Amino acid sequence: MTLPEKVILPLQQNIGAPAAALVKKGDKVKTGDKIGESKSFVSALLHATVSGEVEGIIQVINPASGRLCDAIVIASDGLDTTADFQPVKDVSALTNEEIIAKIKDAGIVGMGGATFPTHVKLVPPKDKIVDTLIMNGCECEPYITSDHRVMLEYGDKVLAGLGLIAKVLSIKNVYLAIEDNKENAIEHLAKLIDEAKYNFQVIPIKTRYPMGAEKTLVKTVINKEVPIGGLPLDVGAVVQNVSTAKAIYDAVYEGKPLIERVVTVTGNIKTPKNLLVRFGTPIKNLIDYCGGTTGGEVIMGGPMMGIAQFDLGFPITKGTNCILVKDALTIKESDCINCGRCVEVCPMGLLPTLYPKYVKKGRYADCKASYVENCVECGACTYSCPANIPIVQYIKIAKKEIIKRKASK
Amino acid sequence: MAEGNLQVSPGPHLWHGLSVSKIMYIVVIALLPPTGAAIYFFGYRALTVIITSVVFAVLTEFVVKKMRGKPFVMDGSAIITGLLLALTLPPTINLWMVALGAIFSIAIIKEAFGGLGHNIFNPALSARAFLTASFGVEMTTWTTSTGFTADAIATATPLSKSVAWQGGYLPLFWGNIAGSIGETSAFAIIIGAIILISLRIIDWRIPATYVGTVAILSLIIGKDPVLYVLGGGLLLGAVYMATDYVTSPITHKGRIIFGVGCGIITMVIRALGGLPEGVCYSILLMNAVTPLIDRYVKTRPFGLVKVAKSKT
Ligand code: SF4
Ligand code: SF4
Repeated sequence: MTLPEKVILPLQQNIGAPAAALVKKGDKVKTGDKIGESKSFVSALLHATVSGEVEGIIQVINPASGRLCDAIVIASDGLDTTADFQPVKDVSALTNEEIIAKIKDAGIVGMGGATFPTHVKLVPPKDKIVDTLIMNGCECEPYITSDHRVMLEYGDKVLAGLGLIAKVLSIKNVYLAIEDNKENAIEHLAKLIDEAKYNFQVIPIKTRYPMGAEKTLVKTVINKEVPIGGLPLDVGAVVQNVSTAKAIYDAVYEGKPLIERVVTVTGNIKTPKNLLVRFGTPIKNLIDYCGGTTGGEVIMGGPMMGIAQFDLGFPITKGTNCILVKDALTIKESDCINCGRCVEVCPMGLLPTLYPKYVKKGRYADCKASYVENCVECGACTYSCPANIPIVQYIKIAKKEIIKRKASK
Repeated sequence: MAEGNLQVSPGPHLWHGLSVSKIMYIVVIALLPPTGAAIYFFGYRALTVIITSVVFAVLTEFVVKKMRGKPFVMDGSAIITGLLLALTLPPTINLWMVALGAIFSIAIIKEAFGGLGHNIFNPALSARAFLTASFGVEMTTWTTSTGFTADAIATATPLSKSVAWQGGYLPLFWGNIAGSIGETSAFAIIIGAIILISLRIIDWRIPATYVGTVAILSLIIGKDPVLYVLGGGLLLGAVYMATDYVTSPITHKGRIIFGVGCGIITMVIRALGGLPEGVCYSILLMNAVTPLIDRYVKTRPFGLVKVAKSKT
């Protein structure tokens, strides 16, 4: 889509430490210039996504955490002059360290929403044996089609990106888990794998929310359960998102940092689309570009886990896969009737109905004893609750409270 | 769009749409076949019993909610209680007893415990037990099912201990036998069960394990399992009452335990007790242990490693 006049780049777009700004008001930057960096290993670099002049550093409210965070504002000069990207001619000559360094330099994070810095994932602790790489080709949530688009349009790059990860981690078993409702993506990637003679295996997965969640995906593909509080790494698996794999290709082969991504714009939208969007573009620009909206709630992310926005000036960040506009639900909570639907749908094997009851009485220790921390906040319980109990909200309260109590000890 | 029009609500932003009252009305619809069968086989008497029970149940709910200062929602649950109570009563019962039972079920068993979702016992069954305890004779006087045409005459139910059943299997299936007005027609109840199970309103595990346990145990003690399954209130209880969400366990495993438990107690009462029937008391007894089942029978959290398991 057309470049915005101004981009707003929050310094924290990843899990881990925020970056510190490397530029100040009045600095001229080119597209792809490094503008934020952190000394911490678990953090990601930040790059300018347009060329122009730094307007200043402002504070924005991070819609996910509700906390304030700094953001660099760049006024575009409309030229999109790029920094000097350095493509690599012979990638096979690169050492693993060089590959990881390039990925780190490109500021790549998990683009499925978790935004965990990717280079960290590529340096597993020495005592862990990693033998499986799974490409997550399951859309995180209903309505979202951005990963599907990426698989169709950049299939070869995605595969090359996966090849690099497999090489760095010396993994032999590479699976491409793709939802079975994306037949064309399955066929397309299988064909590309054939042509390029990759030793990858495409695995069609039954479309069932929340399949895009790492733990459920690992279980489905290699039938191993990630222990409570653990990572896929604990069962020897690494999961990579489709867009992340493509970003790795761009970084290593073309020397291009992560400055844009595919975002689904859908719902009450005149012409719903998947757009290739520079980070920092305000939500409003995307909606206007798609012909505007008939109104409702503007949600960043999908319908289940996405967060309703109160400011359309807020920018697209590395973890934004979808902008969804839909009519808000009115919630009329009534008493739990013990129907068991939430229990049936919970992918983590929990008893979701307990948490609202405990939280209302302040029984946080009981929440913990009932494994509330195992909850992935997928929202399936709330979605199916006939009494309309916002179970996930109570769970979030419980989790926050547990962390707070731990910290104060 | 103007920024002022932005709506903000917490996620998830989708809802299944099956509300408590929708569920309740589907149950009401699934109760129509046995209700129809009751009227077909027991005529005006059944009709008046049903109307009295439902009207008093709903009225009581209305009055109690007003007294407690809570909003009255026509969520259908009082209709279910009224219908279910009526279906478990004999056709000759006095109407004032029906009204008393309906008031008791809603006011004492449901609302006094805190309303829908908080009651421990199934309201309809509790009221039936209460009426049996208070009016033993009226509650165990059975008549033939002669519909609207002829006068009914007193007779014994198929499960009676003093008279052996000689009517064959077909009447047991269709329902032209003696019994509580809604329990006699297996055919009608099975239609209701199909509706409820196919729409996933009730969990098949409870009726299946309940009926299965009764069938197997009757075989073991050398009784006719068909008679034991179809001849009394088992199907009505297993489909509509043992599956009451509020008073049955929440997990799959818990529900299986619940169904088997109901089956065992029913057979113990029928085989060893003085009563010909045991469905009502067995479900009430299992209602009482449901909190215990829910406390100890839990789902296994995803990723719970074996070492930690001993802690649960
Ligand atoms: S949000 Fe609900 S359904 Fe999803 S994992 Fe948590 S408790 Fe289970
Ligand atoms: S889905 Fe809702 S009403 Fe049903 S048991 Fe869970 S919390 Fe209770």
